[in-house]
Amino acid sequence: MNGSVPKISIRGAHKAFGRNRVLRGVDLDVGVGESVVVIGGSGTGKSVLLKCILGLLTPEAGSIQIDGQEVVGMGGYERDRIMHKFGMLFQGAALFDSLPVWENVAFSLLDSGEMSRQEARRVAEDKLAQVGLGPEVGDMWPAELSGGMKKRVGLARAVATEPEIIFFDEPTTGLDPIMGDVINDLIVKCVRELGATALSITHDMASARKIADRIAMLYDGQIIWAGPVAEIDRSGNAYVDQFINGRAEGPIKMAVRV
Amino acid sequence: MLADRTTERRLNIPLLSPIGRVFLAFLATAGRLTLFAGASVSHCVRAPFYPRLIGHQMIEIGYYSLPVVGLTAIFTGMVLALQSYTGFSRFNAESAIALVVVLSVTRELGPVLAGLMVAGRIGAAMAAEIGTMRVTEQVDALTTLSANPFKYLVAPRLIAGTLMLPVLVLIADIIGVFGGYLIGVYKLGFNPANYLSQTWDVLETQDVVSGLVKAAVYGFLIALMGCYHGYHSKGGAQGVGQATTNAVVSSSILILSFNYVITALFFGV
Repeated sequence: MNGSVPKISIRGAHKAFGRNRVLRGVDLDVGVGESVVVIGGSGTGKSVLLKCILGLLTPEAGSIQIDGQEVVGMGGYERDRIMHKFGMLFQGAALFDSLPVWENVAFSLLDSGEMSRQEARRVAEDKLAQVGLGPEVGDMWPAELSGGMKKRVGLARAVATEPEIIFFDEPTTGLDPIMGDVINDLIVKCVRELGATALSITHDMASARKIADRIAMLYDGQIIWAGPVAEIDRSGNAYVDQFINGRAEGPIKMAVRV
Repeated sequence: MLADRTTERRLNIPLLSPIGRVFLAFLATAGRLTLFAGASVSHCVRAPFYPRLIGHQMIEIGYYSLPVVGLTAIFTGMVLALQSYTGFSRFNAESAIALVVVLSVTRELGPVLAGLMVAGRIGAAMAAEIGTMRVTEQVDALTTLSANPFKYLVAPRLIAGTLMLPVLVLIADIIGVFGGYLIGVYKLGFNPANYLSQTWDVLETQDVVSGLVKAAVYGFLIALMGCYHGYHSKGGAQGVGQATTNAVVSSSILILSFNYVITALFFGV
């Protein structure tokens, strides 16, 4: 990890929905310029963790700091200032159906009023080119795009404002392996070009190995292992071994009725 | 003693607990709705504003609802004239038809029927659109892009609803009275000048103003319920369908309830 103050620091984060305690004391640090991938099975709370950091959910206990500043319970202008540091690629891309592709990509630029529509259009086309899409795609509507194109447009939107931190929620889910690898390459390229910090969540190990500097595994509401990507195959953790090898037998029991 | 207590518990719990659950759920919903309404109104009066989105919603609510509201109004005016005639002719009071048509349309039927038609058309569309945005994470995406969903989605709809319903009702009033005129003059044989002068003579400013105030309140309520149910929808397509139904039903009930309240305020004795 570079620098003394982590870009993202989470300590003892708890989040429950009724009696379902999803996060039970998550501790995680993401250094400046580092790419961390949180792995874990479905329903282990990966998306909830991401939403807590983004401020879409509020943890009941614990601390989440961005650049050393506490963000839990933060609102108003301060929250807006923090949100400007973020870019986010959603699992289903979450493109706005009512806007053409270029306005989706340039949404923040248009919304902040910092540039004219012509300038924003030019920036959007640059960002679309960065993810391998031509300017003609800018005039299309989200409903006309394939799954892979939607992810690319979502990535272009996530990097359009050149954020300091980019979050990726299951970036390869629903894509064929080749398109998944293309998206992984684009993520690595965009994050490196921006020099941004990245926090991703996935259960796709090929994706995790490609985009991560460090991997953390979330299980039963806690981070049970974290380490460099090169060390994951010799983690010495039975849960991690079972997960990365995709074995049905092991300490992780799935609720399956045969 | 112990047996008595057990029997008492068996008798009480099945009877009281569902009532308690419903009451608590009602209070929770009322609280959530009040907070939602408060946040929405505060975003309506604070910058930044989205004039493009407000304009778009005004066209959607005002212009595109015009055919359905106009048709409802003209047939309502026509039926009112016809029914009044069949009733009043028994007492030789046919001359009161113009009065009944204009007062019924401006005070009650114009705002209520326009409100119910717009609730079905716009309230449902708002709930479906925002609900779909919610379940496909587009609402979360707005937040991550530093755009407040209340400002971007809710405020333009509330402003447009509150401003456009009175315009729609004013047009519905004119069309409704015209419907009554058509029946009165071309079917019942009234003198056109007499019919119009009777209409004009009985009409007071308060009749029209009360209708327009009702319309503004209904427009606000329709947009509020559409946005509230859409914003809180969950569970995919089924959740969006449920939100749409709830938006139409709740806004229709609120329209009918507030109709009484506003009528009592304007004309209560």
